[in-house]
Amino acid sequence: MTNEQQIGWTRDQMAERAAQDIPNGAYVNLGIGIPEKVVRYVPDGREVIYHTENGLLGMGDAPEEGSEDPELINAGKKLVTAIPGAAYFHHADSFAMIRGNHIDICVLGAMQVAENGDLANWSTGNPDAIPAVGGAMDLVAGVKIINVITQHVTKKGYPKLVSACTFPLTGVAVVSRIYTDLAVIDVTGEGFKIVELAPGVDFDYVQERTGCTLIAA
Amino acid sequence: MINKQISSIKQAVANIHDGATVMIGGFGEAGSPIELIHALIDQGAKDLTVINNNTGSGHVGLAALIENRRVAKMICSFPKSANSLVFPDLYTKGEIELELVPQGTLAERIRAGGAGVPAFYTATSVGTPLAEGKEVRNIKGRDYVLEYGLTADFALIKCLKADRYGNLIYNKTARNFAPIMAMAADTTIVQTKEFVGLGDLDAETVVTPGIFVDKVIIVADPLLESKLVNAGEIYP
Repeated sequence: MTNEQQIGWTRDQMAERAAQDIPNGAYVNLGIGIPEKVVRYVPDGREVIYHTENGLLGMGDAPEEGSEDPELINAGKKLVTAIPGAAYFHHADSFAMIRGNHIDICVLGAMQVAENGDLANWSTGNPDAIPAVGGAMDLVAGVKIINVITQHVTKKGYPKLVSACTFPLTGVAVVSRIYTDLAVIDVTGEGFKIVELAPGVDFDYVQERTGCTLIAA
Repeated sequence: MINKQISSIKQAVANIHDGATVMIGGFGEAGSPIELIHALIDQGAKDLTVINNNTGSGHVGLAALIENRRVAKMICSFPKSANSLVFPDLYTKGEIELELVPQGTLAERIRAGGAGVPAFYTATSVGTPLAEGKEVRNIKGRDYVLEYGLTADFALIKCLKADRYGNLIYNKTARNFAPIMAMAADTTIVQTKEFVGLGDLDAETVVTPGIFVDKVIIVADPLLESKLVNAGEIYP
């Protein structure tokens, strides 16, 4: 492992930090990848209802061995359970919850976030790739608060927080807050503003790895 | 007497014609009416336009329908997923058409089609490549994209219980697109695990009222896509 990887928060720590901003009573939709980990870290004493857009409100943990039902899955097509008090519904109702502003918070992954809150997370725009969008565009257009969890830079070291997205957009000016391995950052009218730095990370370190000018906390 | 039960699965799909638009229920394997899809492959209809969230897995069910070159066009939101090999291959070769629709827009287009609503405005996809060429209208200060309702000649769906009027209930997240597809198709063909007597389904909890259903076939022990894919099955 290089020093680069040892600095900042781990994937679990990023999820834990994001979970702290989910209030008691919230209806929450979690994207695939690191956002799925958020469910493990909601602070004790808070009751949160998870929505999965394929048709379940009150999604629980993965099932115990022997009690799996292949027709009880989440949006990532992983086996899940339903909590007591859960409800099933069809797709049009599920997306009415999203499009109709009933879901409070969505935590998504990102390929790029622009300083005005534009999000790109569904396509690289490569003409040879098979385009696939799923529910991402519906979520960013309809959920009240869109937060993003992402590594600060790509595997090749390019900034994912940029002045303008070069990948095709998922939504325009939709992101509120970003949790990276290096910092918590808010999208403000003036640009990206640092809310919190990961332990051992300073402002200049984050700025060097960001594609536009950051505002200090 | 009204009785929508059909005695053979072959008969259930017999009328599906070349060039038909067919909605197929299911999100991944949950709710996928595999036996009906396989009966459609056996039946032979081609040049189909198929509406489903995905494009199937492995070489069974929807993937097999595509692999057997019966599908000219897919309308879906997420055509690539784990074990999804057939569609990406044909798409890359330019041998199948794709209309990519955001998942919620797809659901609402189907719901609208079934409800007699020809089109609607949605904020989903505004400012993205999927809104290109579409009418945009500003309503109360926000931009919305015009999307058209979707209807179909046939819907193939799977449920848990049905009665002879065609009232249906589903199993957990296998419900997904089935209730709205039943509304949006001229002829809705259902495979049910159980067939129950009139009155056995609580009228307060019927999910799909029988008016949206035309044909019901009992498939008491339906195949599971994941098991077939893991076993390397190829249909036919």
